[in-house]
Amino acid sequence: MNNSTALPISIRGLTKKYGDLNALNSVDLEIKSSEFLTLLGPSGSGKTTLLMAIAGFNRPDAGSIKFGDAEMVLTPPHKRDVGMVFQSYALFPHMTVSENIGFPLKLRGLAAKEVMGRVDEALATVQLSGLGDRAIDQLSGGQRQRVALARAFVFRPRILLMDEPLSALDKKLREHMQIELKQIHRQLGVTTVYVTHDQREALTMSDRIAVINHGELAQVDTPEAIYNRPKDQFVADFIGESTMLSLTRGGDGRLSFGSEIISSSSPNPSVSKWSLVVRPERLHLLEGDVNTSEKQVVFRGHVKEYVFQGETAFALIALDDVTILSVRFGTGAGSRIQLLEPGALVSVGLMREDIILIPQEGQT
Amino acid sequence: MPISPDIETPMLHGQELQSQKKREEWVLLGLSLPAIFVIALVVILPVGWLFYLSFVDGHGNFSLEHYQKMVEYKSYARVFITTFKVSALTTLICIVLGYPIAYFLAALPSRWSGIFMLAVLLPFWTSLLVRTYAWLVLLQSKGLLNDLAIQIGLWDSPVKLVHNMTGTLIGMAHIMLPFLVLPLYGAMKKIEPDMMQAASNLGASPVRAFFSIYLPLSVSGLVAGALIVFVLCLGFYVTPAVLGGGRVVMVATQITAILEHQFDWGAASALGVVLLLATVLVLYLAGRFFKFDTALFGKR
Repeated sequence: MNNSTALPISIRGLTKKYGDLNALNSVDLEIKSSEFLTLLGPSGSGKTTLLMAIAGFNRPDAGSIKFGDAEMVLTPPHKRDVGMVFQSYALFPHMTVSENIGFPLKLRGLAAKEVMGRVDEALATVQLSGLGDRAIDQLSGGQRQRVALARAFVFRPRILLMDEPLSALDKKLREHMQIELKQIHRQLGVTTVYVTHDQREALTMSDRIAVINHGELAQVDTPEAIYNRPKDQFVADFIGESTMLSLTRGGDGRLSFGSEIISSSSPNPSVSKWSLVVRPERLHLLEGDVNTSEKQVVFRGHVKEYVFQGETAFALIALDDVTILSVRFGTGAGSRIQLLEPGALVSVGLMREDIILIPQEGQT
Repeated sequence: MPISPDIETPMLHGQELQSQKKREEWVLLGLSLPAIFVIALVVILPVGWLFYLSFVDGHGNFSLEHYQKMVEYKSYARVFITTFKVSALTTLICIVLGYPIAYFLAALPSRWSGIFMLAVLLPFWTSLLVRTYAWLVLLQSKGLLNDLAIQIGLWDSPVKLVHNMTGTLIGMAHIMLPFLVLPLYGAMKKIEPDMMQAASNLGASPVRAFFSIYLPLSVSGLVAGALIVFVLCLGFYVTPAVLGGGRVVMVATQITAILEHQFDWGAASALGVVLLLATVLVLYLAGRFFKFDTALFGKR
């Protein structure tokens, strides 16, 4: 539609306290024009507080929020001109679908005829053409979601905010709407800030993900970088499945797990304690006697638990008395999952490119 | 094969399930019977008796004389006009005072709203007579209010605040206020806070958001409360009798007067019938303009 209206968002030193709780602790975040950025974090992490601050619904204690060059932190919400999709949709029950979508246009003083045209256009974009005269309580959950979305972008806002908009939908519809939201975002080209606690949703939809925890940004990166190169234990743990293996550092600086050398040198000499993050699906089952080589690290252990889940098979492998490795394999021919009998001794390999090292908690 | 009620394969326990359902329905009816009986005894019978009396003259013959008198004498029309005027004004005062109160209560976090709700309800639990006479004490020419106003120089000599329309309205509004606030508070509590956030986000100023979103969403509670107040006012006796001091004659006061001075049951009954019909008419008209059950029970 209209790319020129998209604006970058620049957040500096944003701080918000609720009593003793640091909801936001001096957050700095640059969101590019037309970008789809997701705020991802557990509940209580501050992600919604940050979104509400951008929308203007809560007043930060300090900090700056700029849309383009314009300082917004003192601007009341109704003058910010940002679209927002609420978690509950917040559709007005006393208005029809068309009246809901037309509401922001009427407020902007558009002529009735233009309002009608724009509403129809928005309904078409969200594939609800012809449902304009319906009452809100006649709509299904998915349809309400679309109306909420149409109402949020119909007035061509420069910024679109979404607060867990898909959380009320069932799994199938949610996955469908993820793709659809992404298409609509591409079509509108509007800067979008999306809040979710669902890491898969964040990975699916985002250009970049800002992982937030205890009111601070843990990592801001592309989905691939967040998944493949998590910066710390929280990010590694929160995004995807993983097993953390504590490494020991030899006198020559190399890091090893048991007798297997994981890395010949520490990525950062000032950090003494490192963990190896193992993604379950990055492992592969080995047949026969294969040893750690330049290409891969080999772990050996007994199968404790094995579950067939359709497209993948999941197993827990006890490497020693305390360390249990989660593994996940495809179930196709050649995956060798027939080796995964409970109690059996198996070898699994991890390619050296897939090695993820993170400093252990409490270290900098 | 699709499962269908087949004649050849009788439904499993079909008959027992049916008779169980029937039994429950009878039990339900049986449990409501005492209440239905009481309502018939204390409401329907007396109202029927009232109707009968109003159509009978002093000699026990059918007659329309009571209704004729009501049309002929101007004083009757005046009584009805006063009744509707007092009721309408009281309702209006209750709306003006009650809407902000209900909004305040609905906006408070629940642990505080409970305390303030008590302030609304406490007078509600006090005897009607006590409250009415308390107003008499406060409002009379040597009462608390006049003394205070003269002391701080608001006015020089006592102003007549009671035994007139002013006193009646003050007393009635005070007594009726909870009836307006409670249903309105219920309706407001149901408005999700993100409704107003959404309105604001879409570009509505606070004033605009109130009139486009909040007011329409709370109007069902407002109509319910206003109707209850108005209808209760139509038949109100104690407060207008005491605080009106005989100068504010409403239908209920008039009925008492007729019975006390003329002992004319027919005329009193006819007044009662007209008041009842007027009330039904008000409710019917209100039902035409607003979805009635929505207004009273707050269903969406």
